[in-house]
Amino acid sequence: MAYVIQSRPLVAGCAEGEVLLSDKPLSFWGGYDSLTGEIIDRRHPLSGEFAAGKILALPFSRGSSTTTAVLLESMRGGTAPAAILTIGVDTFYALASIVAEELFNETIPILSLSPADFERLKNGDTAKISQSGEITISTQAEKEPAAR
Amino acid sequence: MDQSTTSKKVHLYLSDYDRELLAGERGPGAQMSMRIIVRMAEILGVERLIDIEAAHIDSSLYMGAATLEFAEKLVDLGAKVSVPSTLNVSGVDEHGWMHWAVPPDWAENAKRQMRAYQEMGCIPTWTCAPYQTEFKPKFGQQIAWGESNAIVFANSIIGARTERYPDLLDICAAITARVPAAGLHLEENRAGQVLLRLKEVPDRVQRHESFYPVLGHLMGKISGEKNPVVVGMEVEPEWDQLKALGAAAASSGTVGLFHLVGITPEAPTLEDAFQGNEPEQEIDVTMDHLREAWRELSTASGRELDLVVLGCPHFSLAEFERLALLLDGQEKHKDVEFLVNSNRTMRALADEEGYLRSLEAFGGVVTVDTCPLATPMLSPDIDEVMTNSAKYSYYAPGMLDERVVFGTLEDCVLSAVEGRVVRDESLWHT
Repeated sequence: MAYVIQSRPLVAGCAEGEVLLSDKPLSFWGGYDSLTGEIIDRRHPLSGEFAAGKILALPFSRGSSTTTAVLLESMRGGTAPAAILTIGVDTFYALASIVAEELFNETIPILSLSPADFERLKNGDTAKISQSGEITISTQAEKEPAAR
Repeated sequence: MDQSTTSKKVHLYLSDYDRELLAGERGPGAQMSMRIIVRMAEILGVERLIDIEAAHIDSSLYMGAATLEFAEKLVDLGAKVSVPSTLNVSGVDEHGWMHWAVPPDWAENAKRQMRAYQEMGCIPTWTCAPYQTEFKPKFGQQIAWGESNAIVFANSIIGARTERYPDLLDICAAITARVPAAGLHLEENRAGQVLLRLKEVPDRVQRHESFYPVLGHLMGKISGEKNPVVVGMEVEPEWDQLKALGAAAASSGTVGLFHLVGITPEAPTLEDAFQGNEPEQEIDVTMDHLREAWRELSTASGRELDLVVLGCPHFSLAEFERLALLLDGQEKHKDVEFLVNSNRTMRALADEEGYLRSLEAFGGVVTVDTCPLATPMLSPDIDEVMTNSAKYSYYAPGMLDERVVFGTLEDCVLSAVEGRVVRDESLWHT
Protein backbone atom coordinates (compact mmCIF):
# COMPACT_ATOMS: atom_id res chain seq x y z
CA MET A 1 0.00 0.00 0.00
CA ALA A 2 1.21 3.49 -0.73
CA TYR A 3 -0.11 6.91 0.12
CA VAL A 4 0.95 10.49 -0.43
CA ILE A 5 1.23 13.29 2.10
CA GLN A 6 2.11 16.92 1.70
CA SER A 7 4.74 18.29 4.06
CA ARG A 8 6.18 21.73 4.47
CA PRO A 9 9.80 21.74 3.27
CA LEU A 10 11.95 23.82 5.62
CA VAL A 11 14.88 22.91 3.43
CA ALA A 12 13.62 21.46 0.16
CA GLY A 13 15.22 18.57 -1.72
CA CYS A 14 14.69 15.06 -3.06
CA ALA A 15 15.47 11.87 -1.17
CA GLU A 16 14.35 8.30 -0.91
CA GLY A 17 14.93 5.74 1.79
CA GLU A 18 13.71 3.60 4.64
CA VAL A 19 11.88 5.38 7.45
CA LEU A 20 13.56 5.22 10.86
CA LEU A 21 10.98 6.50 13.30
CA SER A 22 10.67 7.38 16.94
CA ASP A 23 8.17 9.45 18.90
CA LYS A 24 10.98 10.48 21.25
CA PRO A 25 13.03 13.61 20.46
CA LEU A 26 16.79 13.23 19.94
CA SER A 27 19.76 15.43 20.67
CA PHE A 28 22.42 14.73 18.03
CA TRP A 29 25.07 15.90 20.49
CA GLY A 30 25.59 12.85 22.64
CA GLY A 31 22.97 11.06 20.57
CA TYR A 32 24.42 10.67 17.08
CA ASP A 33 27.88 9.45 16.15
CA SER A 34 28.89 11.60 13.18
CA LEU A 35 31.68 9.16 12.28
CA THR A 36 29.36 6.19 11.84
CA GLY A 37 25.77 7.45 11.74
CA GLU A 38 24.83 5.37 14.79
CA ILE A 39 22.29 6.66 17.29
CA ILE A 40 24.19 6.46 20.58
CA ASP A 41 21.84 8.02 23.13
CA ARG A 42 21.54 4.94 25.34
CA ARG A 43 18.25 6.22 26.74
CA HIS A 44 16.70 6.63 23.30
CA PRO A 45 14.50 3.91 21.74
CA LEU A 46 16.58 4.07 18.53
CA SER A 47 19.87 3.49 20.40
CA GLY A 48 22.09 1.24 18.29
CA GLU A 49 20.26 1.94 15.01
CA PHE A 50 22.16 3.42 12.08
CA ALA A 51 20.41 6.43 10.55
CA ALA A 52 22.91 7.15 7.76
CA GLY A 53 21.07 7.23 4.44
CA LYS A 54 17.67 6.69 6.08
CA ILE A 55 14.68 8.99 6.40
CA LEU A 56 14.86 9.87 10.07
CA ALA A 57 11.50 10.82 11.58
CA LEU A 58 11.58 12.43 15.04
CA PRO A 59 9.09 14.80 16.66
CA PHE A 60 11.79 17.43 17.32
CA SER A 61 15.42 17.78 18.45
CA ARG A 62 16.18 17.70 22.15
CA GLY A 63 18.52 19.42 24.56
CA SER A 64 21.93 20.47 23.40
CA SER A 65 22.59 23.38 21.09
CA THR A 66 25.41 21.34 19.52
CA THR A 67 22.92 19.15 17.65
CA THR A 68 23.30 21.37 14.59
CA ALA A 69 27.09 21.04 14.54
CA VAL A 70 26.94 17.24 14.83
CA LEU A 71 24.45 17.02 11.95
CA LEU A 72 26.68 19.30 9.87
CA GLU A 73 29.70 17.08 10.59
CA SER A 74 27.73 13.99 9.59
CA MET A 75 26.68 15.65 6.34
CA ARG A 76 30.30 16.41 5.55
CA GLY A 77 31.34 12.88 6.46
CA GLY A 78 28.55 11.19 4.51
CA THR A 79 26.94 9.65 7.60
CA ALA A 80 23.85 11.89 7.78
CA PRO A 81 20.28 10.70 7.36
CA ALA A 82 19.00 11.13 3.78
CA ALA A 83 16.31 13.44 5.13
CA ILE A 84 14.78 14.39 8.47
CA LEU A 85 11.03 14.60 9.13
CA THR A 86 9.74 16.42 12.21
CA ILE A 87 6.44 17.60 13.62
CA GLY A 88 6.25 21.37 13.46
CA VAL A 89 9.25 23.55 12.75
CA ASP A 90 12.58 22.35 14.09
CA THR A 91 15.20 24.96 13.38
CA PHE A 92 18.16 22.97 14.74
CA TYR A 93 18.07 20.40 11.95
CA ALA A 94 17.14 22.95 9.28
CA LEU A 95 20.08 25.17 10.18
CA ALA A 96 22.60 22.38 9.63
CA SER A 97 21.29 21.85 6.13
CA ILE A 98 21.30 25.59 5.37
CA VAL A 99 24.90 25.98 6.58
CA ALA A 100 25.95 22.89 4.60
CA GLU A 101 24.64 24.61 1.50
CA GLU A 102 26.73 27.72 2.27
CA LEU A 103 29.83 25.67 3.02
CA PHE A 104 29.86 22.79 0.56
CA ASN A 105 26.80 23.34 -1.57
CA GLU A 106 24.97 20.27 -0.27
CA THR A 107 21.70 19.90 1.58
CA ILE A 108 19.49 17.21 3.01
CA PRO A 109 15.74 17.82 2.96
CA ILE A 110 14.24 18.85 6.31
CA LEU A 111 10.47 18.56 6.26
CA SER A 112 7.76 19.50 8.68
CA LEU A 113 4.74 17.19 9.00
CA SER A 114 1.38 17.60 10.66
CA PRO A 115 1.01 15.52 13.83
CA ALA A 116 -1.58 13.32 12.07
CA ASP A 117 0.71 12.56 9.10
CA PHE A 118 3.62 11.93 11.44
CA GLU A 119 1.56 9.42 13.42
CA ARG A 120 0.75 7.40 10.31
CA LEU A 121 4.46 6.72 9.66
CA LYS A 122 5.81 3.30 10.55
CA ASN A 123 9.31 2.00 11.00
CA GLY A 124 10.45 0.29 7.82
CA ASP A 125 8.15 2.26 5.50
CA THR A 126 9.83 3.62 2.40
CA ALA A 127 9.55 7.36 1.81
CA LYS A 128 10.14 9.15 -1.46
CA ILE A 129 10.47 12.90 -1.05
CA SER A 130 10.01 15.38 -3.88
CA GLN A 131 11.34 18.93 -4.18
CA SER A 132 7.86 20.33 -3.46
CA GLY A 133 7.64 18.46 -0.15
CA GLU A 134 5.29 15.78 -1.41
CA ILE A 135 6.14 12.47 0.26
CA THR A 136 5.09 9.09 -1.12
CA ILE A 137 5.03 6.50 1.64
CA SER A 138 5.12 2.82 0.74
CA THR A 139 4.30 0.56 3.63
CA GLN A 140 6.30 -2.55 4.33
CA ALA A 141 3.58 -4.97 3.22
CA GLU A 142 3.89 -3.82 -0.37
CA LYS A 143 7.65 -3.48 -0.38
CA GLU A 144 8.26 -7.01 0.80
CA PRO A 145 5.42 -9.24 -0.38
CA ALA A 146 5.21 -12.17 1.97
CA ALA A 147 6.70 -15.39 0.60
CA ARG A 148 3.80 -17.61 -0.33
CA MET B 1 10.87 27.36 18.05
CA ASP B 2 7.82 25.35 17.42
CA GLN B 3 5.16 26.72 15.17
CA SER B 4 2.31 25.30 13.19
CA THR B 5 3.03 23.08 10.20
CA THR B 6 0.61 24.97 8.02
CA SER B 7 2.75 27.41 6.14
CA LYS B 8 1.34 30.86 6.57
CA LYS B 9 2.50 33.34 3.98
CA VAL B 10 4.14 35.94 6.14
CA HIS B 11 6.18 38.73 4.71
CA LEU B 12 9.53 39.24 6.43
CA TYR B 13 10.14 42.94 6.86
CA LEU B 14 13.82 43.86 6.56
CA SER B 15 15.24 47.15 7.83
CA ASP B 16 17.68 49.27 5.79
CA TYR B 17 20.49 47.86 7.94
CA ASP B 18 19.35 44.28 7.25
CA ARG B 19 19.29 45.02 3.52
CA GLU B 20 22.76 46.56 3.60
CA LEU B 21 24.13 43.42 5.19
CA LEU B 22 22.31 41.17 2.73
CA ALA B 23 23.64 43.19 -0.17
CA GLY B 24 27.19 42.71 1.08
CA GLU B 25 27.77 46.39 1.84
CA ARG B 26 29.33 45.46 5.19
CA GLY B 27 31.49 42.68 3.83
CA PRO B 28 30.96 39.11 2.70
CA GLY B 29 31.17 37.63 6.23
CA ALA B 30 28.29 39.75 7.48
CA GLN B 31 26.46 39.01 4.23
CA MET B 32 26.70 35.23 4.68
CA SER B 33 25.63 35.55 8.34
CA MET B 34 22.63 37.68 7.41
CA ARG B 35 21.68 35.27 4.63
CA ILE B 36 21.53 32.47 7.22
CA ILE B 37 19.57 34.61 9.72
CA VAL B 38 17.04 35.54 7.02
CA ARG B 39 16.53 31.94 5.93
CA MET B 40 15.90 30.94 9.53
CA ALA B 41 13.45 33.84 9.94
CA GLU B 42 11.58 32.65 6.84
CA ILE B 43 11.43 29.10 8.14
CA LEU B 44 9.98 30.42 11.39
CA GLY B 45 7.49 32.58 9.50
CA VAL B 46 8.31 35.72 11.49
CA GLU B 47 7.58 39.25 10.32
CA ARG B 48 10.71 40.98 11.52
CA LEU B 49 14.15 40.75 13.05
CA ILE B 50 15.08 42.34 16.37
CA ASP B 51 18.34 43.71 17.82
CA ILE B 52 20.34 41.80 20.39
CA GLU B 53 22.74 43.34 22.91
CA ALA B 54 25.04 40.40 23.59
CA ALA B 55 25.78 36.85 22.53
CA HIS B 56 27.24 33.64 23.95
CA ILE B 57 28.87 31.51 21.30
CA ASP B 58 28.70 27.72 21.49
CA SER B 59 29.96 27.33 17.92
CA SER B 60 33.51 27.53 19.29
CA LEU B 61 33.24 23.86 20.24
CA TYR B 62 35.33 21.89 17.74
CA MET B 63 33.33 18.92 16.44
CA GLY B 64 35.35 18.09 13.35
CA ALA B 65 36.32 19.36 9.93
CA ALA B 66 32.99 21.04 9.18
CA THR B 67 32.79 23.26 12.29
CA LEU B 68 36.40 24.34 11.74
CA GLU B 69 35.74 25.05 8.08
CA PHE B 70 32.70 27.16 8.99
CA ALA B 71 34.69 29.24 11.52
CA GLU B 72 37.64 29.79 9.20
CA LYS B 73 35.38 30.68 6.30
CA LEU B 74 33.77 33.44 8.37
CA VAL B 75 37.24 34.74 9.31
CA ASP B 76 38.37 34.62 5.67
CA LEU B 77 35.30 36.61 4.73
CA GLY B 78 36.24 39.27 7.27
CA ALA B 79 33.40 38.65 9.73
CA LYS B 80 33.55 40.42 13.12
CA VAL B 81 31.07 40.27 15.98
CA SER B 82 29.17 43.51 16.56
CA VAL B 83 27.97 42.88 20.14
CA PRO B 84 29.92 41.66 23.21
CA SER B 85 30.19 37.91 22.61
CA THR B 86 31.45 35.49 25.23
CA LEU B 87 32.79 32.08 24.22
CA ASN B 88 31.52 28.73 25.43
CA VAL B 89 33.84 25.77 25.95
CA SER B 90 36.24 24.88 23.18
CA GLY B 91 37.34 21.46 22.00
CA VAL B 92 40.56 21.48 24.01
CA ASP B 93 42.25 22.78 27.17
CA GLU B 94 44.57 25.10 25.25
CA HIS B 95 47.54 24.90 27.59
CA GLY B 96 46.80 21.68 29.46
CA TRP B 97 45.72 19.16 26.82
CA MET B 98 49.07 17.38 26.68
CA HIS B 99 48.55 15.99 30.19
CA TRP B 100 45.56 14.03 28.90
CA ALA B 101 44.74 11.51 26.18
CA VAL B 102 43.93 14.22 23.60
CA PRO B 103 45.33 13.31 20.16
CA PRO B 104 47.72 16.07 18.96
CA ASP B 105 45.89 16.58 15.64
CA TRP B 106 42.60 17.07 17.47
CA ALA B 107 44.31 19.61 19.77
CA GLU B 108 45.77 21.44 16.77
CA ASN B 109 42.41 21.70 14.99
CA ALA B 110 40.53 22.67 18.13
CA LYS B 111 43.10 25.42 18.82
CA ARG B 112 42.69 26.68 15.24
CA GLN B 113 38.97 26.91 15.88
CA MET B 114 39.61 28.81 19.16
CA ARG B 115 41.79 31.29 17.26
CA ALA B 116 39.15 31.77 14.57
CA TYR B 117 36.49 32.86 17.07
CA GLN B 118 38.93 35.19 18.81
CA GLU B 119 39.83 36.71 15.45
CA MET B 120 36.15 37.50 14.98
CA GLY B 121 36.35 39.55 18.18
CA CYS B 122 34.76 37.16 20.70
CA ILE B 123 35.77 37.33 24.38
CA PRO B 124 37.83 34.25 25.37
CA THR B 125 35.81 33.31 28.45
CA TRP B 126 35.83 29.61 27.44
CA THR B 127 33.07 28.58 29.78
CA CYS B 128 29.67 26.90 29.66
CA ALA B 129 28.68 29.00 32.70
CA PRO B 130 28.93 32.58 31.35
CA TYR B 131 26.35 33.66 33.93
CA GLN B 132 29.14 33.21 36.51
CA THR B 133 31.29 35.86 34.79
CA GLU B 134 31.25 39.66 34.70
CA PHE B 135 29.51 39.38 31.32
CA LYS B 136 26.27 37.99 32.72
CA PRO B 137 23.23 39.64 31.12
CA LYS B 138 20.61 41.81 32.81
CA PHE B 139 16.90 41.31 33.35
CA GLY B 140 14.89 41.97 30.22
CA GLN B 141 17.90 42.20 27.87
CA GLN B 142 17.52 40.65 24.42
CA ILE B 143 20.50 38.33 23.86
CA ALA B 144 21.45 35.40 21.62
CA TRP B 145 22.92 32.61 23.69
CA GLY B 146 24.03 29.14 22.75
CA GLU B 147 24.70 26.23 25.20
CA SER B 148 21.55 24.71 26.63
CA ASN B 149 22.42 25.12 30.32
CA ALA B 150 23.41 28.76 29.78
CA ILE B 151 20.23 29.49 27.81
CA VAL B 152 17.93 28.11 30.47
CA PHE B 153 19.82 29.96 33.21
CA ALA B 154 19.78 33.31 31.39
CA ASN B 155 16.05 33.05 30.69
CA SER B 156 14.83 31.55 33.95
CA ILE B 157 17.11 32.85 36.70
CA ILE B 158 18.22 36.19 35.26
CA GLY B 159 15.16 37.01 33.16
CA ALA B 160 17.20 37.96 30.08
CA ARG B 161 15.58 36.90 26.81
CA THR B 162 17.13 34.40 24.47
CA GLU B 163 15.73 31.81 22.15
CA ARG B 164 17.51 28.43 22.22
CA TYR B 165 20.30 29.17 19.75
CA PRO B 166 21.92 26.26 18.01
CA ASP B 167 25.62 26.23 17.17
CA LEU B 168 26.40 28.07 13.94
CA LEU B 169 23.44 30.43 14.38
CA ASP B 170 24.73 32.08 17.58
CA ILE B 171 27.77 33.44 15.73
CA CYS B 172 25.62 34.70 12.84
CA ALA B 173 23.50 36.55 15.40
CA ALA B 174 26.63 38.01 17.04
CA ILE B 175 27.98 39.19 13.67
CA THR B 176 24.73 40.79 12.48
CA ALA B 177 23.34 41.74 15.94
CA ARG B 178 19.96 40.69 14.51
CA VAL B 179 17.75 37.66 15.21
CA PRO B 180 14.28 36.47 14.19
CA ALA B 181 11.59 37.92 16.47
CA ALA B 182 10.53 34.50 17.69
CA GLY B 183 10.40 32.05 20.56
CA LEU B 184 11.57 33.13 24.00
CA HIS B 185 12.46 36.64 22.80
CA LEU B 186 8.73 37.39 22.86
CA GLU B 187 6.77 38.02 26.05
CA GLU B 188 3.85 35.75 25.10
CA ASN B 189 6.10 32.72 24.59
CA ARG B 190 7.55 33.08 28.07
CA ALA B 191 4.37 32.03 29.86
CA GLY B 192 4.42 28.74 31.75
CA GLN B 193 2.72 25.79 30.08
CA VAL B 194 3.16 22.79 32.37
CA LEU B 195 2.51 23.00 36.11
CA LEU B 196 4.55 20.78 38.43
CA ARG B 197 3.16 20.79 41.97
CA LEU B 198 5.58 19.54 44.62
CA LYS B 199 3.42 17.26 46.78
CA GLU B 200 4.68 16.38 50.21
CA VAL B 201 8.31 16.91 49.32
CA PRO B 202 9.75 17.71 52.76
CA ASP B 203 12.00 20.69 53.47
CA ARG B 204 14.95 18.46 54.25
CA VAL B 205 14.69 17.07 50.71
CA GLN B 206 14.34 20.53 49.22
CA ARG B 207 17.44 21.65 51.09
CA HIS B 208 19.44 18.67 49.87
CA GLU B 209 21.83 19.42 46.98
CA SER B 210 20.71 16.36 44.96
CA PHE B 211 17.13 17.62 44.90
CA TYR B 212 17.97 20.17 42.20
CA PRO B 213 19.60 17.99 39.56
CA VAL B 214 17.01 15.26 40.25
CA LEU B 215 14.06 17.65 39.93
CA GLY B 216 15.65 19.10 36.77
CA HIS B 217 16.01 15.66 35.22
CA LEU B 218 12.36 14.93 35.97
CA MET B 219 11.22 18.37 34.80
CA GLY B 220 12.92 17.94 31.42
CA LYS B 221 11.38 14.53 30.93
CA ILE B 222 7.88 15.73 31.78
CA SER B 223 7.84 19.04 29.96
CA GLY B 224 9.84 18.23 26.81
CA GLU B 225 9.90 21.52 24.91
CA LYS B 226 7.24 23.26 27.02
CA ASN B 227 7.92 25.85 29.73
CA PRO B 228 7.56 24.17 33.14
CA VAL B 229 6.47 25.97 36.29
CA VAL B 230 7.23 24.56 39.72
CA VAL B 231 5.08 25.47 42.69
CA GLY B 232 5.67 24.35 46.25
CA MET B 233 9.34 25.26 46.70
CA GLU B 234 9.75 26.08 50.37
CA VAL B 235 13.42 27.06 50.34
CA GLU B 236 15.42 29.71 48.52
CA PRO B 237 17.90 27.84 46.27
CA GLU B 238 21.47 29.02 45.69
CA TRP B 239 22.76 29.91 42.22
CA ASP B 240 24.75 26.70 41.95
CA GLN B 241 21.65 24.68 42.78
CA LEU B 242 19.66 26.53 40.12
CA LYS B 243 22.53 25.91 37.70
CA ALA B 244 22.26 22.17 38.38
CA LEU B 245 18.47 22.27 38.01
CA GLY B 246 18.56 24.02 34.63
CA ALA B 247 21.42 21.95 33.21
CA ALA B 248 19.56 18.75 34.07
CA ALA B 249 16.27 19.96 32.54
CA ALA B 250 18.00 21.07 29.35
CA SER B 251 19.60 17.62 29.02
CA SER B 252 16.65 15.30 29.60
CA GLY B 253 14.35 17.77 27.85
CA THR B 254 14.41 20.81 25.62
CA VAL B 255 13.67 23.26 28.39
CA GLY B 256 14.74 26.82 27.52
CA LEU B 257 12.83 28.55 30.31
CA PHE B 258 11.28 27.50 33.60
CA HIS B 259 9.64 29.41 36.41
CA LEU B 260 9.84 28.67 40.13
CA VAL B 261 6.89 30.42 41.74
CA GLY B 262 8.03 32.91 44.35
CA ILE B 263 11.68 32.52 43.36
CA THR B 264 12.49 33.32 39.71
CA PRO B 265 12.04 36.89 38.43
CA GLU B 266 9.10 36.39 36.07
CA ALA B 267 7.11 34.32 38.52
CA PRO B 268 6.34 36.22 41.72
CA THR B 269 2.95 34.46 41.67
CA LEU B 270 1.45 31.43 39.95
CA GLU B 271 -0.69 33.73 37.85
CA ASP B 272 2.38 35.71 36.69
CA ALA B 273 4.17 32.49 35.79
CA PHE B 274 1.34 31.51 33.45
CA GLN B 275 0.61 35.11 32.36
CA GLY B 276 -2.96 34.47 33.45
CA ASN B 277 -3.39 31.39 31.21
CA GLU B 278 -4.48 27.96 32.38
CA PRO B 279 -1.75 25.29 32.50
CA GLU B 280 -1.88 22.88 29.55
CA GLN B 281 -0.95 20.07 31.90
CA GLU B 282 -0.75 19.69 35.69
CA ILE B 283 1.32 17.08 37.47
CA ASP B 284 1.81 16.32 41.14
CA VAL B 285 5.46 15.59 41.82
CA THR B 286 5.85 13.19 44.73
CA MET B 287 8.81 11.58 46.45
CA ASP B 288 8.15 8.48 44.33
CA HIS B 289 8.71 10.49 41.12
CA LEU B 290 11.87 12.04 42.51
CA ARG B 291 13.20 8.69 43.70
CA GLU B 292 12.63 7.20 40.27
CA ALA B 293 14.41 10.15 38.59
CA TRP B 294 17.29 9.83 41.08
CA ARG B 295 17.64 6.13 40.19
CA GLU B 296 17.68 6.88 36.48
CA LEU B 297 20.73 9.10 36.89
CA SER B 298 22.92 6.12 37.76
CA THR B 299 23.82 3.46 35.22
CA ALA B 300 26.73 1.81 37.02
CA SER B 301 26.79 -1.16 39.33
CA GLY B 302 28.39 1.08 41.91
CA ARG B 303 31.20 -1.21 42.94
CA GLU B 304 34.24 -0.05 40.97
CA LEU B 305 35.35 3.55 40.52
CA ASP B 306 37.85 4.98 38.03
CA LEU B 307 37.07 8.68 37.99
CA VAL B 308 35.19 11.43 39.78
CA VAL B 309 34.01 14.32 37.56
CA LEU B 310 32.84 17.62 39.03
CA GLY B 311 32.06 20.95 37.41
CA CYS B 312 29.41 20.11 34.81
CA PRO B 313 28.46 22.93 34.23
CA HIS B 314 31.78 24.61 35.12
CA PHE B 315 32.64 24.82 38.81
CA SER B 316 32.02 28.18 40.49
CA LEU B 317 34.15 29.80 43.17
CA ALA B 318 31.51 28.89 45.77
CA GLU B 319 31.77 25.25 44.70
CA PHE B 320 35.58 25.32 44.94
CA GLU B 321 35.16 26.64 48.47
CA ARG B 322 32.70 23.92 49.48
CA LEU B 323 34.93 21.28 47.94
CA ALA B 324 38.03 22.58 49.77
CA LEU B 325 36.16 22.27 53.08
CA LEU B 326 35.11 18.70 52.32
CA LEU B 327 38.62 17.63 51.27
CA ASP B 328 39.85 18.56 54.73
CA GLY B 329 43.43 17.33 54.44
CA GLN B 330 42.49 13.92 53.03
CA GLU B 331 44.06 12.22 50.02
CA LYS B 332 42.29 10.43 47.23
CA HIS B 333 42.77 6.73 46.55
CA LYS B 334 45.60 6.06 44.10
CA ASP B 335 43.35 4.20 41.61
CA VAL B 336 40.78 6.97 41.27
CA GLU B 337 41.23 10.12 39.22
CA PHE B 338 39.59 13.29 40.51
CA LEU B 339 38.73 15.92 37.92
CA VAL B 340 37.17 19.37 38.29
CA ASN B 341 36.06 21.24 35.14
CA SER B 342 36.11 25.00 35.27
CA ASN B 343 37.35 28.07 33.45
CA ARG B 344 40.51 30.14 33.71
CA THR B 345 38.93 32.95 35.73
CA MET B 346 37.41 30.66 38.38
CA ARG B 347 40.67 28.70 38.60
CA ALA B 348 42.62 31.91 39.20
CA LEU B 349 40.16 33.05 41.87
CA ALA B 350 40.20 29.61 43.52
CA ASP B 351 43.99 29.76 43.51
CA GLU B 352 43.99 33.17 45.23
CA GLU B 353 41.69 31.82 47.93
CA GLY B 354 43.91 28.80 48.51
CA TYR B 355 41.25 26.29 47.39
CA LEU B 356 43.46 24.93 44.62
CA ARG B 357 46.19 24.03 47.10
CA SER B 358 43.72 21.85 49.01
CA LEU B 359 42.62 20.21 45.78
CA GLU B 360 46.20 19.54 44.68
CA ALA B 361 47.08 18.12 48.10
CA PHE B 362 44.10 15.79 47.74
CA GLY B 363 45.41 14.64 44.37
CA GLY B 364 42.72 16.30 42.25
CA VAL B 365 43.22 18.26 39.03
CA VAL B 366 41.43 21.10 37.28
CA THR B 367 40.86 21.26 33.56
CA VAL B 368 39.85 24.55 31.95
CA ASP B 369 38.47 25.80 28.61
CA THR B 370 36.57 22.56 28.02
CA CYS B 371 35.29 19.35 29.67
CA PRO B 372 35.37 15.58 29.00
CA LEU B 373 32.11 15.86 27.02
CA ALA B 374 33.75 18.32 24.62
CA THR B 375 37.30 17.02 24.26
CA PRO B 376 38.67 13.46 24.00
CA MET B 377 40.76 13.81 27.15
CA LEU B 378 39.84 10.65 29.05
CA SER B 379 41.53 7.34 28.48
CA PRO B 380 39.22 4.61 27.14
CA ASP B 381 40.15 2.55 30.22
CA ILE B 382 37.86 4.74 32.27
CA ASP B 383 34.57 2.89 32.65
CA GLU B 384 33.08 3.68 36.03
CA VAL B 385 32.56 7.31 36.86
CA MET B 386 30.96 9.20 39.70
CA THR B 387 29.57 12.72 39.41
CA ASN B 388 27.21 15.14 41.11
CA SER B 389 25.96 16.37 37.72
CA ALA B 390 22.72 15.18 36.16
CA LYS B 391 23.89 16.57 32.83
CA TYR B 392 27.09 14.52 32.92
CA SER B 393 25.08 11.48 34.06
CA TYR B 394 22.77 11.97 31.10
CA TYR B 395 25.38 12.29 28.38
CA ALA B 396 28.42 10.25 29.47
CA PRO B 397 26.95 6.74 28.94
CA GLY B 398 26.30 7.41 25.23
CA MET B 399 29.11 9.82 24.41
CA LEU B 400 31.94 8.28 26.38
CA ASP B 401 30.67 4.76 26.92
CA GLU B 402 31.03 5.26 30.66
CA ARG B 403 28.87 3.90 33.43
CA VAL B 404 27.91 6.60 35.87
CA VAL B 405 26.91 6.83 39.51
CA PHE B 406 25.20 10.02 40.55
CA GLY B 407 25.88 11.29 44.08
CA THR B 408 26.38 14.41 46.18
CA LEU B 409 29.61 16.38 46.29
CA GLU B 410 30.31 14.78 49.66
CA ASP B 411 29.64 11.28 48.25
CA CYS B 412 32.06 12.04 45.42
CA VAL B 413 34.85 13.07 47.81
CA LEU B 414 34.27 10.12 50.12
CA SER B 415 34.24 7.68 47.20
CA ALA B 416 37.49 9.12 45.81
CA VAL B 417 39.12 8.57 49.20
CA GLU B 418 37.78 5.02 49.57
CA GLY B 419 38.50 4.05 45.98
CA ARG B 420 34.97 2.69 45.55
CA VAL B 421 31.48 4.13 45.35
CA VAL B 422 30.17 5.23 48.73
CA ARG B 423 26.81 6.97 48.80
CA ASP B 424 24.58 8.27 51.53
CA GLU B 425 21.24 7.11 50.13
CA SER B 426 19.21 7.67 53.28
CA LEU B 427 17.30 10.61 51.78
CA TRP B 428 15.88 8.41 49.04
CA HIS B 429 15.12 5.33 51.13
CA THR B 430 12.62 6.83 53.52
